[in-house]
Amino acid sequence: MRYIRSSLIVAAVWLLLSGHYTALILSFGAVSSLIVIWFMWRMDRVDEQLGVLPMRPRVLYYLLWLMWQVVLSNIDLVRRIWDPTLPIRPTWQRLDIKVTSSLAKTLYANSITLTPGTLTTDVREDHFMVHSLSPDGIEDLRKGGMEEQIQRLGI
Amino acid sequence: MTVILEWLSGLCLLLGGVLCITGGVGMLRMPDFFSRVHASGVTETLAAPMLLSGLLLQMELSLDSVKVIMILILVLATNPTATHSMAKATLHGGQRPQEFANGKNIGGDGSSKP
Repeated sequence: MRYIRSSLIVAAVWLLLSGHYTALILSFGAVSSLIVIWFMWRMDRVDEQLGVLPMRPRVLYYLLWLMWQVVLSNIDLVRRIWDPTLPIRPTWQRLDIKVTSSLAKTLYANSITLTPGTLTTDVREDHFMVHSLSPDGIEDLRKGGMEEQIQRLGI
Repeated sequence: MTVILEWLSGLCLLLGGVLCITGGVGMLRMPDFFSRVHASGVTETLAAPMLLSGLLLQMELSLDSVKVIMILILVLATNPTATHSMAKATLHGGQRPQEFANGKNIGGDGSSKP
């Protein structure tokens, strides 16, 4: 069932990207979709976990909020880069986390990395290792605004 | 209306270009690998979306604009993965983050033990 759904999605994406509708090209598309599904089938033997972010309004709100955070920290970073004194103090520290599910952890770690100025280097059972361009970045994460947002998603 | 769109698009493209240059300057100014990764983040997370939305504003709504949006999503989704794997590979290779203050190395590897 999952494979039928995935193959429909893959075929739709292919149609969207190609925009040519002759028999030859369409058959190429069908073959390449089948190859992709075959790869997925092979990989699922290793990993049965299915991690899909549910498209709830809360999740969409979180993504928008995240985009805004990215813009804010970009502005901060641009200011630091053009400052003649280069006011950076890189640190690499342990960040304790409260989220437990692997999906929430993935989302949190990726959100940290996507925000410029902070970078997750390691994901462990109960903590991340985070590299930050200045101690403020890690302090902001410790205050837990982003983590609370993720906990509220209920994933 | 089209004039406003033109100007808005031009502004987005200009900002995107400036941010790209900023990312490059950051790469050159930063002292070590890990801080350079942060600088390159500017190019990927804000400059690329700015350039792409500037292009979006210029084209009429069609299949091509859907493609541009897909490129945007792809860039934003792959950036953390690539960044994380680079950093992890560097750590695995034995290089540790250094501590700097105002661009000068102040020694120590800036870590609390994992």
